[in-house]
Amino acid sequence: MALLEVDEVFVRFGGVVAVNGASFDVDEGKIVGLMGPNGAGKTTLFNVITGLQEPTSGRVRFNGKDISKVAPRQRALGGIGRTFQRLEVFGSLSVGDNIRVAAEMRGISRPERVRDELLDRVGLRAFADVTADSVPTGIARLTELARALACDPRLLLLDEPSSGLSEVETDDFARLIRSLADEGKSILIVEHDVELVLGLCSTIHVLDFGSIISSGTPAEVQADQRVQDAYLGADTEAAEALEEVGA
Amino acid sequence: MTNFVTFTVIGIVVGATYAIAASGLVLTYATSNVFNMAHGAVGMFMTFLYWEVSVNQGWPVWVALPFVLGIAAPAMGLLLERVMMRRLTQADVTISLVVTVGLLVALIGVAQTIWPPAGRNIEQFFNGDAVSFGIVRVSAHQFITMGVALAVAFGLYVLLNRTRIGTAMRAVVDNRELLALHGARPNLLSGLAWALGSSLAALAGILLAPQLTLDYTTLTFLVVSAYAAAMVGRLKSLPKTFVGAIVLGLLINYATWAYISLPKSVLTSDFGQVIYGVKNSLPTIFLLLVMLALPQEKLRIGRISGTKLPKLPSWPVALAWSAVFIVGTYLLTGQFGDANNSRFGQAMCLPLIMLSLVLLVGYGGDVSLMQLSFVGMGVLVAARGFTIPGTGIGFHPQVSVLSIVTAFLLTAMIGAIVAVPALRLRGLYIGLGTLALAAAIDRIVFNTKLLGFGNEGSTVNANRPGWLQSEQSFAMAVVVAFVVMGLMVLSIRRGKYGRILLATRDSQAACATLGFSTTITRVAVFAVSAGLAGVAGVFFAGEHISVSTYDVFFFKSLPLLLFATVFGVTSISGVLVGGLVYGLIGYAPTTVGNLASVVLLLGILLLGGNPNGLVGLIFEQARKVPLPWRRGGLPVEAEPYPTHNPARSALEAPVGTA
Repeated sequence: MALLEVDEVFVRFGGVVAVNGASFDVDEGKIVGLMGPNGAGKTTLFNVITGLQEPTSGRVRFNGKDISKVAPRQRALGGIGRTFQRLEVFGSLSVGDNIRVAAEMRGISRPERVRDELLDRVGLRAFADVTADSVPTGIARLTELARALACDPRLLLLDEPSSGLSEVETDDFARLIRSLADEGKSILIVEHDVELVLGLCSTIHVLDFGSIISSGTPAEVQADQRVQDAYLGADTEAAEALEEVGA
Repeated sequence: MTNFVTFTVIGIVVGATYAIAASGLVLTYATSNVFNMAHGAVGMFMTFLYWEVSVNQGWPVWVALPFVLGIAAPAMGLLLERVMMRRLTQADVTISLVVTVGLLVALIGVAQTIWPPAGRNIEQFFNGDAVSFGIVRVSAHQFITMGVALAVAFGLYVLLNRTRIGTAMRAVVDNRELLALHGARPNLLSGLAWALGSSLAALAGILLAPQLTLDYTTLTFLVVSAYAAAMVGRLKSLPKTFVGAIVLGLLINYATWAYISLPKSVLTSDFGQVIYGVKNSLPTIFLLLVMLALPQEKLRIGRISGTKLPKLPSWPVALAWSAVFIVGTYLLTGQFGDANNSRFGQAMCLPLIMLSLVLLVGYGGDVSLMQLSFVGMGVLVAARGFTIPGTGIGFHPQVSVLSIVTAFLLTAMIGAIVAVPALRLRGLYIGLGTLALAAAIDRIVFNTKLLGFGNEGSTVNANRPGWLQSEQSFAMAVVVAFVVMGLMVLSIRRGKYGRILLATRDSQAACATLGFSTTITRVAVFAVSAGLAGVAGVFFAGEHISVSTYDVFFFKSLPLLLFATVFGVTSISGVLVGGLVYGLIGYAPTTVGNLASVVLLLGILLLGGNPNGLVGLIFEQARKVPLPWRRGGLPVEAEPYPTHNPARSALEAPVGTA
């Protein structure tokens, strides 16, 4: 059974349609990618799933239950964790305390141990005592990831997690994400790094102008002419990357 | 029937003046994103100027009025925009509130200096000539007021919605640079908005003034009514603001009608005093009801608000400084006479009160303009004693452990009740709501015999315990209380709740997505902060022995926040210095010297812009001084993060093993 079901979600801001009837599932223990040019509605969909944005219509089901009217906090308690495209680290706390405070907020016992384990796992040990608003973007993104992991979510939404990471760091990051999926976590990932998404995800949905124009395995999506058109129309760099990987 | 029509007409007229004032407020807020707490003070100042030229200098109305509305008020608006507001458009709400509060305090100070207190009156236009319509008489002044309000409403609507200049004005707030790229002149546009806003404040003041004797605070705070009306339109919609203003005007006058219809025995009773307070607090109650009716503020993302807080001292350092402070003040007060010790003790009460702001404003990022009301409640607990009704269990009026605990519990409880509705909204509204509530508490609680001090100006007395009778010993008690409460605040900051507090301040959206309710934290911190202020109130009462309603006048919460913020509301040492400076200058800025200090503080705040205040700035600089015991004498913050890439090496091992 799918852990997350997004069903015919529409979001309109005045006359602008940000999400236009998007439907997709995320299965347990799977890594699912959400791709699309800038402004396609990816982050809006994330906000709908986590409850920060009320959809104009449509439903979100998590673990079989309709959570469309549930507050963001309750969704998080239910097991949905996320990171943000525009960073929302706790800037006045240290990197270590960002992780620790998340465990403390959830009343998890021995928050220091959670912090230490996650610092090692994500590779932030050296930054543990540095204030989070003075670290480079890539490090701040990893901090957000570790903070979300401190609550041990069943579903993790990652919004452009690799931007700001170097090539080598991105490889390490991919390994980390795979290991999380191996442990049974479901991961929905929005990413501009086409190579990373294609290599990581079992299923990919491509959004354009708020609608899902293509869904399938990486190979199927790559072969889809509509995807090529959407990318060639909007984002040549990504299109080139698509071709490169496809070749 | 006659009464009904009369009160309706007066209600509409009063509402019309509120509408004029409120529209000025909405105009400046919509074009600059700065909520001008001093809007009423500008109106007050210009009304005094109008009195000066028309009454004192004897200029005819047709010269005086255009001079004030067309030259002086716009000039002031332009000046304010140029030196102050322009810098605040992107500033944190707390900073812009504090700066405009500073302006308010300064304007009252300037007005008091130029026009020392005296009975002054402004005549109605056309000498109060009136026309009778059947059963009701309407004066020419009232006609003019209604006509002007209609003209303002129509004129502003056309300006903002139907002209290019109006559209551009509304765009200034969103993106000045972008607007400039499109050939508009943002500075000119926002200057124009502030000039117009100033004129509208002046106009409202001049129209209202004949109904009152001219006084500094009444006119300044008449604008609470304007705030209330503007809030109906959520500080955006002019038509809704006008409707709100008229409804409020009617409400106040119907209430007056109902009040004077009460039997005389009720009016003269102690309970009658409370009803009188409620009647006079209607704008406040209206404002609070409007705030309750506003939809809950949505969680917002994309705003990183982390401010670098000053480095926390380690426990040994904090304890060492505490000991040095206590011993130092003990030696110092040993040299002082009684008079100086009393002065020092009274000054020390202010840092004690400000500690409550460190928790709430400094760490929590919220704002309160009612801390002195909680202090007043603490004073009442110490001075009136406390008995659980019907049981006889309680304590005598005295400074004691029991009164301290009671004051803490009582004010914390009231603080929590206040916080629940206020915290649904964001900073600006909390500021306005707490200020309005403080004004209401003054009238309904403090200025009544039944609940508070008695008539305005009355005093209550508190006893010191036997072993703290001397001036030196009680001053030292205040010092020790400051140290103990300061260490408590520090320990909260260091612990789990301190981290949660900072996280809440930095990103409420992130807290929600971690499954955490920030509301409980914010209510709790508001309650604890109120409790600390209540405890400070007990010491305040013991130190002053005799406390009057003027000592806890709600207005004084404003300079309290101002001084705390300027000197550093994010650190204990910041409020110690800020409180002492404020305490030694004296409470109300009535003299030129005090005025100068307020202007100075304002300047510092604008130039510095450092959220950690002057003391934070000094500490930051001091840490950069190379001293022998600092490793290598290097500045502490030379490397904001490790420059080689340890993350790289750290990334490799654990991920592979995970």
